[in-house]
Amino acid sequence: MSAGTALAVEATGLCKTFGKGHTAVEAIRDVSLTVARGELVALLGPSGAGKSTLLTMLGLIVPPSRGRVVLGGTTAFHGGRFRVNVRRFRREHLGFVFQKANLIPFLSALENVQLALELSDVATRRARSRAMELLDYLGVAERARHLPSKLSGGEQQRVAVARALANGPNLILADEPTAALDSVRGRQVMELFRTVAHEQGSAVLVVTHDHRALDVFDRSIEMEDGRLRPAAAVLAR
Amino acid sequence: MNLAVKDIRHGLGRFVLTATGIGMLLMVVMGMGGIYRGLVAEATLLVDRSGADLWVVQSGTRGPFAEISRLPRAIEDRVATVPGVLSARAFVSHTIQREHRVRTLRMMIQGLAWPQDRGTWLPLAAGRALRRAHYEMIADTSSGLPLGERVRLGKDTYTVVGLTRRMASSSGDPMAFVTVADALAIQFDVPGEAIRVERAARRARLEDLDLHRTQPQTAERAAGASSMIPALGTEMVSAVLVNVAPGYDAGEVATRIAAWPDVSVFAHEGQRDLLLRGSVDRARRQIGLFTVLLVIVSAVVMALILYTLTLEKLHDIAMLKLMGARNTMILALILQQAVLLGALGLCLAWALGLWIFPYFPRRVVVVDEDLARLAAIVLGIYFAASVLGVRKALAVQPNEVLA
Repeated sequence: MSAGTALAVEATGLCKTFGKGHTAVEAIRDVSLTVARGELVALLGPSGAGKSTLLTMLGLIVPPSRGRVVLGGTTAFHGGRFRVNVRRFRREHLGFVFQKANLIPFLSALENVQLALELSDVATRRARSRAMELLDYLGVAERARHLPSKLSGGEQQRVAVARALANGPNLILADEPTAALDSVRGRQVMELFRTVAHEQGSAVLVVTHDHRALDVFDRSIEMEDGRLRPAAAVLAR
Repeated sequence: MNLAVKDIRHGLGRFVLTATGIGMLLMVVMGMGGIYRGLVAEATLLVDRSGADLWVVQSGTRGPFAEISRLPRAIEDRVATVPGVLSARAFVSHTIQREHRVRTLRMMIQGLAWPQDRGTWLPLAAGRALRRAHYEMIADTSSGLPLGERVRLGKDTYTVVGLTRRMASSSGDPMAFVTVADALAIQFDVPGEAIRVERAARRARLEDLDLHRTQPQTAERAAGASSMIPALGTEMVSAVLVNVAPGYDAGEVATRIAAWPDVSVFAHEGQRDLLLRGSVDRARRQIGLFTVLLVIVSAVVMALILYTLTLEKLHDIAMLKLMGARNTMILALILQQAVLLGALGLCLAWALGLWIFPYFPRRVVVVDEDLARLAAIVLGIYFAASVLGVRKALAVQPNEVLA
């Protein structure tokens, strides 16, 4: 991924159609967007608007039907096919956080973060100390040895954020990360994303229904029926 | 980081329980193989232990293990005179079932050719070989008879002077060894009343003829003991066991004896084959087929266990893929657990088998070769079964994390 460009994401004319013929459903219709490095962006919209589908396309999990995805200056998808080794690209440049933390249940908080580093061939000892640093940064260092089942929802999400941050990604994609948390903890997580975006320089795109925490974001984008609404509000930092 | 080991440590109790279940299943498979081998070992025990080079049996029969074989005991002496014969001894074998101390005592009685054979070749666990021509017995421990026990058989009482271990017949009955004379006495024991009736019948038959008037002494003898009548007095044995002298060809000696019209001769291997193809063949095949069936059932059960274990991890595997984990890491997670589960199951099967099999009423023989074969089968099953899980795991899409 090029370090020179200021854009973390540049998506052009993205379309996604599920099914064929008369049963075809057009989930995403000609969506173009950009997210800059260090920017925290909220992706809003009602259920079924296509937010999660857009997120999976930007995260190279689901291929778009049409369009182009450039991540950090590298063309990742174009002309109907991926242009990079998606698994390696995800491992090295992308981070994911979901509604559920999706931590590996048989690994401790520390090991969950450590695993993300080891997948990128970081040596075990180095991965362990870096994972500990991240947990400390996110305020869950004292829970490092605990299994996910012994952590609260908020703690689990912090560990998930630490895991997403492990490899210094250019882009973090978060799909309703606060949906399972109460408003106080939800806001804490959103503020955490802001800290991460501004301090680590990663772009963070967050799908959310929670309008109460919108003031935390740099910008919000709204989707409806698979399209971006034209008048997206730009929020002051 | 070894994910398989981490996962096992996380669910250690469940893993151990699953391994125990698999271990018990494998123990049953191992046990069936052991019973099969035990059956063969018991069936051929006597033939192998007797050390005879040739078995001389009733003409036209296949020997005492296949059917009834009856030979006049005099054949023993006749065989002993054949050039190349080192020794010839009578062999008597029959099964008895009697009441002893308010329980059923079932044994296969073997006659030892006293005085040359006193049972010194028997694997004695306690006591000694026979020292007297009569009323001493060497019994197997599985008969439940202790040393010094006195057992009434027929009109005589026999004292247990020696104990063997694992000497059982092809039908699993414990063996007991007495002299040939005693074995015959036990076999042909007739109650006094039956003897009296038989003597009266003989007298009555003679009185219908002129013989008792012309030769009253014959009539007198016919009405007496059977052993006093030359035509009736000869003892019958099951077979004559022959040892060939060093330097002589057993085949040639066998050919010479087989030329007599009243006997058939089998070499040691021939008698062994007859035994396996005869009395134990069906049981052997039955157990063999059942073992195959059990292996198939075990394979299906183990495959299902492994497949279910993989299914339970699909969400985590999807997450690993989303994080960019290589396929080798996911394969290792599944295969290492499968191999560990199989290995632990096999070890448990072996340990449980060692502990439980000696309590089985019949002999269970587990040899290293069978254990190695079972290990290879288990390994094969686990790799084959893992293929199902691996295919499923590799087909998982990372977006299933969102499901």
